[in-house]
Amino acid sequence: MTDLESFRAETRSWLEANCPAEMRTPMRSEDDACWGGRNFQFQSEAQEQWLRVMGEKGWTVPDWPAAYGGGGLSPAETKVLREEMKAIGARNPLSSFGISMLGPALLKYGTEEQKTRFLPEIARGEIRWCQGYSEPGAGSDLAGLQTRCEDKGDHWLVNGQKVWTSYADKADWIFCLVRTSTESKHGGISFLLFDMESEGVSTKPILLISGYSPFCETFFDDVKVPKDQIVGEVNKGWDVAKYLLGHEREMISGMGLGSGSSRTLAASLGEIDDPVLAAEVALFDVDAIAFAAMSEHFIDQLKAGEAHPAMPSMMKYAGTELNKKRHELIMAAGGSDALEWDSERSRGGKAPREWLRTKANSIEGGTSEVQLGIVAKHILRLPGA
Amino acid sequence: MILTDDQRQIADMAKSFLAEEGTIAKQLRHWRDIGCKDGFGHDLWKQMAELGLTGLAVPEAEGGLGLGATEAALVMEEVGRNLTPSPFLTTALVAVEAMKGTEQGKHWFPGIVAGETVAAIAVDEGPHHRPRQIALRAERSGNGFALSGTKQFVVHGASADVILVAARTSGSAGESDGLTLFAVPREAAGMTVENVALTDSSKAARLTFDKVAVDADAVIGEVDGGWEPLRRAMRLGRTGAAAEMVGAAGGAMTMTVDYLRQRKQFGKLIGEFQVLQHRAAHLFGEIEIARAATLKAAELLDKGDDKAGIMSHVAKAKAGRVATLAVQEGVQMHGGIGMTDEHDIGFYMKRAKVLDSLFGDSSYHARMVQVMGA
Repeated sequence: MTDLESFRAETRSWLEANCPAEMRTPMRSEDDACWGGRNFQFQSEAQEQWLRVMGEKGWTVPDWPAAYGGGGLSPAETKVLREEMKAIGARNPLSSFGISMLGPALLKYGTEEQKTRFLPEIARGEIRWCQGYSEPGAGSDLAGLQTRCEDKGDHWLVNGQKVWTSYADKADWIFCLVRTSTESKHGGISFLLFDMESEGVSTKPILLISGYSPFCETFFDDVKVPKDQIVGEVNKGWDVAKYLLGHEREMISGMGLGSGSSRTLAASLGEIDDPVLAAEVALFDVDAIAFAAMSEHFIDQLKAGEAHPAMPSMMKYAGTELNKKRHELIMAAGGSDALEWDSERSRGGKAPREWLRTKANSIEGGTSEVQLGIVAKHILRLPGA
Repeated sequence: MILTDDQRQIADMAKSFLAEEGTIAKQLRHWRDIGCKDGFGHDLWKQMAELGLTGLAVPEAEGGLGLGATEAALVMEEVGRNLTPSPFLTTALVAVEAMKGTEQGKHWFPGIVAGETVAAIAVDEGPHHRPRQIALRAERSGNGFALSGTKQFVVHGASADVILVAARTSGSAGESDGLTLFAVPREAAGMTVENVALTDSSKAARLTFDKVAVDADAVIGEVDGGWEPLRRAMRLGRTGAAAEMVGAAGGAMTMTVDYLRQRKQFGKLIGEFQVLQHRAAHLFGEIEIARAATLKAAELLDKGDDKAGIMSHVAKAKAGRVATLAVQEGVQMHGGIGMTDEHDIGFYMKRAKVLDSLFGDSSYHARMVQVMGA
C-alpha cells in the first residue's frame, strides 16, 4: 500500500468513527450551515461535536500548517480527505470567512505573532469574522474607500462607514480596509483587524429584495484599535486586499454548485412536460457539469501553484452567471408554486428567495463587468484595459 | 487535473511539430487549392508516424505507444489549433479503439503504426448521428456476410484502406443489441464510394452497399455484439473531436485577440473598446471550461470510470457550443476582412461547423446528458 492509500484507509475509518450520522445528511438550507464563533447557537449536539472533532484534528483547514491549527496535509492528502468526506456525504464542519478569506491572507502577509494568535481560533471556529471592504460610493471601485484610520501614537483611531458587510451583526471580529493616507488612491490603504465589541462599532442589517438581511451597514465612531492589528505594512494593505479578493472570488464561484450533490438539475427537477424548458435544462446541465470540471481543475491548479492570478475572476464570473441561470430555470420549472412567498408548502418561499439571492452573486465581490475587465487586461493583455 | 511530465512532453511535441508542419498555409489551404482528393497530405501522416503519433493508442505489445485518452486529447487540441487535416482522429483514435484486443487489430495496427494505413468509421445513415437507429443490414451468406444499405458522413471514407462499418445483424432500428461491427477493406466488391467535399474542405464519403460480401473474420469482436466496441470507439471519438474543437476555438480566439490588439478604428485600437474586451474575456472563460470538461472526460476514460460516458457527452456538447461561439465572435470581430477567403479566420468557422456535427452535434449530446443524468 502506498502512503496515500494508507492515508485514505485511515481517513475513511476515522470519519466513519467520528462523523455523526446527522452530519451525513444533505443540508436543507443555508440555515443548516455551522458558522461557529462566540455567539453561535448550534442547531444540535451533532453539529457542535462535528466541529469540535474536526477542529481538533485540524481538518477544518486540512492544508494549513499544523503549527497554526491546520491539518498539515499535502495537496494530495487534502484531496483524499475531501473525497472521503464526499463519499459518506459528510457536511462541511464549518462555514467561515476566516477560513476562506482571512486565513490565506494571514498565512501570506501576517506576522508570526498574528498567525499564532488568529489562525488556530479560525481553524477551531471560535471566532466568527466579517469583511469590511465596500463603502457607500466605493463598491466595485474599492480603492475609492474613505474610512479614516489615524495614528494616535499608542493606538489607531477609526472613523467611517462600511456597507454590504456580510453577517456583521453576527460577527465577532472584522477584517477591514481603512485609509491611512490620502496621498494615493491605492497606496494609502491599510488592512486592519479588530473586535466588533470595541466601543464605537455599530451595525444595522439591510433588508434585501429576498426578504433576508445577510448584509449590514457598519459604522465606526472613534474606534480605538491596538497598533499590532495591522496586517502587512501600513499603506500597503491593497496587496493584502487583492490577494484576499482572489480567495473570495474563488469561494463565490463555487456557490450553489457542487454542494455535495452530484445530481443534474434535470434529475432534481423531475419530469418536465414542456419540451422547450426541458431542452433549456439539458443545455444548462451541460454547462454546469463542464463548469464543475473546471472548478476541480482550477483548485488543482491553485494547489500546484499553476493558476494565473487573474483566473479567480474568470471563475467568479462564470460560476455566478451559471448560478443565476440555475435559479431562473428552477423558477420556470416550479411555475406558480415557485411564486409563493411564505406558504408552508413552499418552505417559506425558498425558491423565490434563493432566486433573488443569486442576483447578488454577479455584483458582490466585484461585478461580472469588473471580472471581465480583469481577464481582458491581465490574461488577454488587451490595450488600455 | 494536473498533467504529468510525460503528458506535457507529448503535448509540447505535438504543439511544436504541428505549429511548424501542420499550419493552415502548408496543409489545409494548400490541399484545398490544389484540389487534393484526400483533403490531407500522406507525407504529414507519415511524419506523424515517425513521431509515434499514429500509434499513440496502439498497445505497446503491438508496436504502439500504448497511451490513453488524455494524451490523445492533448494531440487533438493542437490539431484543432492549426486546423491540420489528417486521418488522426478516425484512424489513430476511433478505429484503433474499436479494434483493440481483436484479430482485426493485429491485422491493421502495423500499417497504422507505420503511417501507411488510413481507417474510417461508417455509422451515420441520415443527416443526424443516431447510432441506435442503424438499419444497414448484414445477412449471413456462405461463411461470411452480405452487407446492404447506405452510410454517409464517412470521414476520409474515400481515402481509407479499411472502413469500420456498423451494421445490423439482428433486432430492429432503435435497439443497441443486434449490431455488428465489420472491418471492410476498400476493395470490397459491391461497395460504391462517392467522395464528397464538405464545407471545411475535408472529405467524407457516401457509401452504398449492394450485397457486399465480407468474410466471417471481418467481424470486430462478436456478432450482434458490435455496440460495445462501437460505444467505446464513439466515446473516445467524441472526446477527441471535443479536444479538436477546444483547440480550434483557442486558435480562433488567439487570431482574434491579436487582431484586436492591432486594428484601429475611430482613432483607437478596437481592443480598447470595453464591449469587445468583455466579449473576448467571456470567450476565454468558455474555452477554459470546455477544455477542463474535455480533459475530465479523457481522465475518466483513462481511469475506466463509469462516469466517462456522460462526461464525454458533456465535453462534446460544451466544446461544440464553445467552438461555435469562438468562430462567430472571431469572424464578427474581424469585420469585413473576416468574410474574405484570403484571411484564415473563416477556415475556423467552417471547421467548427463540421466538427460540431461529427459523431453527433451539441443538441444530440445534451439530450444524452439529460437521459443519462436522470
